[in-house]
Amino acid sequence: MRDNVLEVRDLRVEIPLPHSTVRAVNGASFTVSRGEALGLVGESGCGKSMTLRAILGLLPSPARIVGGEILFDGRDLTRVSPGELRDVRGRRISMIFQEPMTALNPVMRVGEQIAEAPRIHLGYDRQSAHERAIELLRLVGIPDPERRAGAYPHEFSGGMRQRVMIAIALSCEPDLILCDEPTTALDVTIQDQILKLLLDLREELGVSVVFVTHDLAVVAETCRSLAVMYAGQILETGEVRQVFREPRHPYTLGLMRAVPDFELVQSSLDSIPGTPPDLASLPPGCPFHPRCSFVEDDCVSGEFPLLPLADGRATACVHHDTCARAAREDPVVVDRESGG
Amino acid sequence: MDRLSYVGRRLLQMVPVALGVTILVFFMVHLIPGDPARTMLGARATDQAVAQLRHEWGLDRPLMEQYWLFMKRLAQGDLGDSLFYDTPVLSLIFERVWPTVWLLAYATVLALLISVPLATLAATRKDGSVDQLVRAIPLFGLGMPPFWIGIVLILLLGLRVPLFPVGGYGDYFLGHLYSMFLPGLTVALFLTPILIRSLRASLLTVLESDYITTARSKGIPEWQVLLRHAVRNAIISTVTVLGVNIAFLIGGTLVVEKVFALPGIGALMVDSIFNRDFPVVQGVTLVFAVLVVLVYLITDVVHSLLDPRVRYER
Amino acid sequence: MSAVETTAPAAGAERARGFRNRWYRTPSFVAGLAIIGTLVVLGLLAPTIAPYNPIEQDLKSILKPPSQEHWLGTDQVGRDVLSRLIYAIRVDLKIGLLAVLFPFCIGTFLGCLAGYYGRWLDTVVMRLVDVVVAFPFLVLIIALVFVIGPGPRGIYIAITMVGWVSYARIVRGEILVAKRQEYVLAAQAAGFSDARIIARHILPNVITQAVVFAMSDIVLVIVAIVTLGYLGLGVQPPTADWGSMMAQGQDFITTRWEISTIPGLAVVLTGLGLSLIGDGLADLLRPE
Repeated sequence: MRDNVLEVRDLRVEIPLPHSTVRAVNGASFTVSRGEALGLVGESGCGKSMTLRAILGLLPSPARIVGGEILFDGRDLTRVSPGELRDVRGRRISMIFQEPMTALNPVMRVGEQIAEAPRIHLGYDRQSAHERAIELLRLVGIPDPERRAGAYPHEFSGGMRQRVMIAIALSCEPDLILCDEPTTALDVTIQDQILKLLLDLREELGVSVVFVTHDLAVVAETCRSLAVMYAGQILETGEVRQVFREPRHPYTLGLMRAVPDFELVQSSLDSIPGTPPDLASLPPGCPFHPRCSFVEDDCVSGEFPLLPLADGRATACVHHDTCARAAREDPVVVDRESGG
Repeated sequence: MDRLSYVGRRLLQMVPVALGVTILVFFMVHLIPGDPARTMLGARATDQAVAQLRHEWGLDRPLMEQYWLFMKRLAQGDLGDSLFYDTPVLSLIFERVWPTVWLLAYATVLALLISVPLATLAATRKDGSVDQLVRAIPLFGLGMPPFWIGIVLILLLGLRVPLFPVGGYGDYFLGHLYSMFLPGLTVALFLTPILIRSLRASLLTVLESDYITTARSKGIPEWQVLLRHAVRNAIISTVTVLGVNIAFLIGGTLVVEKVFALPGIGALMVDSIFNRDFPVVQGVTLVFAVLVVLVYLITDVVHSLLDPRVRYER
Repeated sequence: MSAVETTAPAAGAERARGFRNRWYRTPSFVAGLAIIGTLVVLGLLAPTIAPYNPIEQDLKSILKPPSQEHWLGTDQVGRDVLSRLIYAIRVDLKIGLLAVLFPFCIGTFLGCLAGYYGRWLDTVVMRLVDVVVAFPFLVLIIALVFVIGPGPRGIYIAITMVGWVSYARIVRGEILVAKRQEYVLAAQAAGFSDARIIARHILPNVITQAVVFAMSDIVLVIVAIVTLGYLGLGVQPPTADWGSMMAQGQDFITTRWEISTIPGLAVVLTGLGLSLIGDGLADLLRPE
């Protein structure tokens, strides 16, 4: 029985608007094991950011959690008091945001921002917190940390600012870091650097990570497990290599066929016909069925929760065997190690 | 050193504006229909008096020369002579400028004392009942003529319930504080709707910023999030809002001085309008414009002091 | 898979359609319209509904308190306050509306030129804006009206000379953004004249901001007009206008406080109605 640091069960988030209700997260379930990196992938608007924010209770109003459980350290985070939630934030679970320029306070020195969480959660005094901040800056690879700690966010480049965000996230040695597309807003070359930094830190410190992204290539490089999200639901989970070699959901298959070459994948660019559904008026049945090439009559109605499979995988598709067979016949993934 | 050059550069940028201001003020005399001198002196003025005034104002010379004359006199601090009081305009202004400054300062303080708490309450409890109430204030307040506010306050707090004097400047500091309360409150209430609207909007922007979410994700107690993160940014925009609206504030003091019989330059201007005393009107207009430009400059400098993002080199 | 880029005329038409469908469901817009509508109707019907002639003096019944014959009493020369109040609607509202129209047009025009053509034209217009903005609005208006001459003509000229600034700034800003849009490039590539591009393609999108601003501008302009009336620089007596009514009433504030305060309430009410319309418009014209 693997030790799970976080378990999300059937999470539901709604955004009540004047004329409609958007079901941003519509029954998402996944688990994060201790020390591992889970990639949460999906297209823009599928609900992955909302899921992360829901974990820490940071949903933008008027969005709110309307169902499900978020189990961390034996407690359901959807039901704890605000005080308890604040104890968890920053100390046990921290978060890295997508836009480092706006996510850092522009009128506060960087060192101060990093020192804040240790002072509040760990009781550090000003001096030791400052030293810890310098230590962290060095850890994330910022040169001349003593001087840079007194600088303001606008004096850093995009990649450097993201490193600062990582330093903030690590400041209290959390169990879990939630990363909301941390490299999307950066230059491609800087992306690699930041990803490598995150990988190294994860190995060194053994912290668990949830990595939200729309980029399958990034997930392939950095994560061990993967959860595929679509229209507010998780459609497939499992180990990265397994899923890539034999996807058991038509959406996953379609995603991979649409992705350009990267190390694990060899395919031509094929985009999935159609567009994602309007989250305010979802179609009945499986959310992907209008665009699915394997669709059958029983897909258009009913609920499709994740079904556990062997090897710790899970899928929401009842026709996953058909899908897996199609994947084997026309492999998207070429695993260089096994030689195709 | 950097800051000094920044101030220097801003001053330089103000020069064309200052020049434009002088041109506009200078040109006012030519907007007077007919013969400016005769129109000012009235139909019963003698031809001799009119000719003398024309000569004094340089109206018999070409336009460019007139402007040059105007600027030359300006540089020497000569704003012309009052037609009514027969004294230099500048000395008239110097005599009476303090009550106006007092009124401006008093009104600003009172306006901030009223607006900041209300705007903060509204922004932090967005869409709540307090917010709705506060948002109603600009709806009613913007349509309130400043002199009307003064009249109503005189009625309620000066006459019906004689709490405060209804006119005059008072003696010494405490006397000023007491006498100027009603006029100060009047101008403050005139400014408040605008302030509340802008402050609430900028506070909302701050509160909905990403870095506030980041701060919350660190598990900081909400009051600290507000105090350590939101306020620092909010102060910067408050200073800017105040600076931008200074012209509006000054406009309000003009008529209020008349309502409360304050011996300031606003009342001087209004009286001079009744007295058809063009040089004084022109002079006070110029002084007000200079005041506004100075306040813009000071606001810029204070902003650059507070906001580390303002770079000194271009 | 991304949304299709709508062209400018389509977006403008879409917004107009949305406006037509929703205006009656926007409470602020409807309320404002109701208030202003009532005032306009009262003003138009003044000759019919006002109980007395507003300028007719009756020196035998001066400063009478409110009564059955005179609901708001009489002023210092025996004129019925209520009738004057109603007739003043025509004066102040009409001048207010016209006084905003001229700056709106001129400011929009100059803003278009500055924003579209840029460079020196832009610099000149913006410097002019900086200069005008350096003067407090009321101060400059009062000074200009003094200089040009009191009465409606002076008011129109003065407010136009000063008020165009805000519209120019708004329109210029919007055009700067709009001219980078693809539909403008497409129109330019198709060889349309500048005037056509600006008028038919850019302006419909850009004008909404100016219109919303105009609503709050009218309020300020009416306050300025009333202030000018208070100072004796507005419409000349014996025509009734809220400002001059309040000035005359101030001398009798201890006995007949109504004369100097109730016209102010009329101004506040007008301001309320216009602000509500402005807020409602802003909501309605906002792209969803």
